[in-house]
Amino acid sequence: MTTIFGVPMQALFGQLLLGLINGSFYAILSLGLAIIFGLLNIINFAHGALYMMGAFVAWMLLNYLGVNYWWALALAPLLVGAFGIVLERVLIARLYKLDHLYGLLLTFGMALIIQGLFRNYYGVSGLPYAIPPELSGGQRLPFMFLPNYRAWVVVASLAVCLATWLVIEKTKLGSYLRAATENPTLVQAFGVNVPLFLTLTYGFGVALAGFAGVLAAPIYSVNPNMGADIIIVVFAVVVIGGMGSILGSVITGFGLGLIEGLTKVFYPEASATVIFVIMVLVLLVKPAGLFGRAA
Amino acid sequence: MADTAALAPADAAIAPVISEGRDDRALHRRIMLGIAVFLAVAPFVLYPVFLMKVLCFGLFALAFNLLLGYGGLLSFGHAAYFGMASYLCAYAAKVWGLSPELAILCGTLTAALLGLVFGALAIRRQGIYFSMITLALAQMAFFFSLQAKFTGGEDGIQAVPRGALFGTISLADDRALYGLVALVFMGGLLLIYRIIHSPFGQVLKAIRDNEPRAISLGYRVNQYKLAVFVLSATLAGLAGSTKAIVFQLASLTDVHWAMSGEVVLMTLVGGMGTVFGPIIGALVIVTMETYLAQFGAWVTIIQGVVFVLCVLLFREGIVGLIARITRRPL
Amino acid sequence: MLRRMLLAAALGTLTAAAAQGQTPVKIGVLTDRSGVYADIAGEGSLVAARMAVEDFKAADKGLKVEVISADHQNKPDVGSAIARQWYDRDGVDMIIDGVTSSVALAINQVTKEKNRTFIDTGAGTADLTGVQCTPNTVHWVYDTVALANGTGGAMVKRGGDTWFFLTADYVFGQTLQRDTTAVVTKNGGKVVGSVKTPFPTADFSSFLLQAQGSGAKVIGLANAGGDTINAIKQAGEFGITEGGQALAGLLVFSSDVHSLGTKVAQGLVLTEPFYWDLTDATRAFSDRFAKQMGGKKPTANHAGVYAGTLHYLKAVEALKAASDGARVVARMKDMPTDDPLFGKGTIRVDGRKIHDMYLFEVKKPAESKGEWDLYKLLATIPGNEVFRPLNEGGCPLVKG
Repeated sequence: MTTIFGVPMQALFGQLLLGLINGSFYAILSLGLAIIFGLLNIINFAHGALYMMGAFVAWMLLNYLGVNYWWALALAPLLVGAFGIVLERVLIARLYKLDHLYGLLLTFGMALIIQGLFRNYYGVSGLPYAIPPELSGGQRLPFMFLPNYRAWVVVASLAVCLATWLVIEKTKLGSYLRAATENPTLVQAFGVNVPLFLTLTYGFGVALAGFAGVLAAPIYSVNPNMGADIIIVVFAVVVIGGMGSILGSVITGFGLGLIEGLTKVFYPEASATVIFVIMVLVLLVKPAGLFGRAA
Repeated sequence: MADTAALAPADAAIAPVISEGRDDRALHRRIMLGIAVFLAVAPFVLYPVFLMKVLCFGLFALAFNLLLGYGGLLSFGHAAYFGMASYLCAYAAKVWGLSPELAILCGTLTAALLGLVFGALAIRRQGIYFSMITLALAQMAFFFSLQAKFTGGEDGIQAVPRGALFGTISLADDRALYGLVALVFMGGLLLIYRIIHSPFGQVLKAIRDNEPRAISLGYRVNQYKLAVFVLSATLAGLAGSTKAIVFQLASLTDVHWAMSGEVVLMTLVGGMGTVFGPIIGALVIVTMETYLAQFGAWVTIIQGVVFVLCVLLFREGIVGLIARITRRPL
Repeated sequence: MLRRMLLAAALGTLTAAAAQGQTPVKIGVLTDRSGVYADIAGEGSLVAARMAVEDFKAADKGLKVEVISADHQNKPDVGSAIARQWYDRDGVDMIIDGVTSSVALAINQVTKEKNRTFIDTGAGTADLTGVQCTPNTVHWVYDTVALANGTGGAMVKRGGDTWFFLTADYVFGQTLQRDTTAVVTKNGGKVVGSVKTPFPTADFSSFLLQAQGSGAKVIGLANAGGDTINAIKQAGEFGITEGGQALAGLLVFSSDVHSLGTKVAQGLVLTEPFYWDLTDATRAFSDRFAKQMGGKKPTANHAGVYAGTLHYLKAVEALKAASDGARVVARMKDMPTDDPLFGKGTIRVDGRKIHDMYLFEVKKPAESKGEWDLYKLLATIPGNEVFRPLNEGGCPLVKG
């Protein structure tokens, strides 16, 4: 059998594929963060908490209302997005004229509150959420067993990332958004309602987080801490990709998933730290991130 | 990065813009004296271990504020210096059997060295990128602490002896140890005050307020930034080492990124860029953690609410607010 | 008027005397109330301690018991600071629970320094009754050695003689792996590989793939809490158990299995010293507990808090004083233990509480009759076999 550094080629393929699947979560989450940062200039620390909410909303829909996974996939992001809109109107909107730091601290506080409330009501052990029957089982590939659900995760997240990119690049709405990112005052002068735009953007960004949460519910433990662990990594992804760069965050998300997957084979203990090593290296070589423009 | 200047023009609004006069120096002297008197009386009224915790975190927050409030540099990785220093201090005291003052010196020097290396890398970038590099470097320090044999993994280094100061004065009694901690704290406070009001401090403030102008005036900006970074890391290390002796343990908590967040919170609550704010901030946060511990899961929620209220209602912090009302720089 | 005042004064003296006649005892439940172990310990531990005080009928026996509680957030410095303050200022005589090894070791130190009592129920480190043992600490429910002996030994006897470990990359995980490896090899099994996973990890798929590739018959999960839950959940997804490999949970509590549900966790083999559905006494206790905890059944840790408090109060009643911790613990070691949850047992000189442990298998969904009907009993492992022999721990209190 062909081997690379003592690891069989086939096992390596399997690991790369898994890395890509994990990268899907990074991609959706960092896409949301990047959009929010690009337009609102807010570093949304509550993103992890809202991702967690997405998973919990899916669980609640199933257990309280009997709504199945597929409907939850559509409904949960809407609900989380609506919640985000309220947060933006009530709290975040007061901070636009201030330093980044305040937005970060405010959203950090919001994350603490949301996670604390869920912990009080649902405990920390997590709740069971089954894989939808349509997607249970898996395919026996030549190099690994691929659960159908994981394949679906990649497909769904690629589709969502692509759709988001198309909306931003190809539609009129998207062109407003890009323009407002560049120069909000000018866009406002042209008669576009920028505050409304900001609100909707925040809602959309966190809806993406909610979507990722629903995707994650059947494979990860649905528990109040699930977002706290992932948020720091997603930050790093956004910074490496270039803050505010939409395409950059998606590509970096998938790319870092792959690198993390490889690390899990060669030096598993470091797989949670490798992203930060890359971040330092990238920032020292390319100050504005891989796909960002210098400030 | 996109140009969002029109929406967020106020990057410099971190520090208050009240100028200082001679009266203010006299006021500061009186406040310092007040703190010294308070520290002398406090252990007879309040619980010494609690006071020592406040003092350690107060010094940590003061060190952090030196970098943020006067250098304008927001580090998200100060736990690295605080925590690594506490590990080295604990190790020196427990395994090498050094006396407490030498152990503390060991820890502090470690933090200084670490600050020099990390600082040299980080100051090459500005704004949020600076913060992110410090965060990433601190994560590596955390990983190192988790992996290295001498740190004892998640159990940490426990049962660190308090020892005897200079080999003669036993620190086993809480009051004696308190004396040492209070002296370390006062020393740190006076040193920081001196730094802020030295010509070096004036240049720092100039760089913070307008970096291009400072460059055009011929200052080697990066050397100043590096110097303040190392100073801040060193003092954070002093605080961490002292804490290791007080609680007789060093653990992963002190290097975790949540600790970096906590020191930001303390500084924010007390008042960024004020001389005395971080002390008040540390007092408030430590008191909250100590007395809210019985409320269990509500602690994090209450902390979150404090964060949110602070940011929305009094961004200048408690001392900053007092300074604005009394129109005196504090 | 004067008479009434005199009467009042006399009455006052009387009640004061009565209060003096009662021995005051203050118990502190120091636990994780907000973090990853809040379901294993947390609020439930406080409820269990209160139930023990109630069942002991302390007031009738001359004890005036007060129970307080705090959250150590799984941070050793927070835990040691609270313990210190409780002992120094708040007059706490005994601390119970102490989930998380790092915090337990810190409380252990402070308790010895202040000569009070510490009954640990939640932590796994066997050092508490080994090199770090003190005359002031009793370790109740389980430890890593017992878990390794229970699950490791039993799995090999049942034919699972090749092992692959998924080990959380911290001291607790590594200790668990080391102890289990010793048991597996002693019983004639073989460890074919292991992988260290960062703590915490959400995605175990790539580690599971490595375990699958190893061909080992048993995949040992040397981790705890959320890590274990994620690993088991994803093992089901990747068809690990269907492929003929068995999962062995080295530290799994019934609350974890409940969170997974029997559909995902079925077939998992694990060791616990307590399960709510063992005897009439455990069922009765668990029903009462569940009423106060919104329907949740107690974990082994909750049972330990209850039983430990009960035994402690017996010792204090006999001595009529709680403040001298070493004396109370010595008394606890002298008396054989007997409680409705763990049955009869003893506390060894190193502080180790000896009782039987049980090997359980998680039921299939078809076998489970309710939300909490989780385990079927495979074997009872006698206390003298499951715990580390007294002379192997390196505890200085053990002579010779």
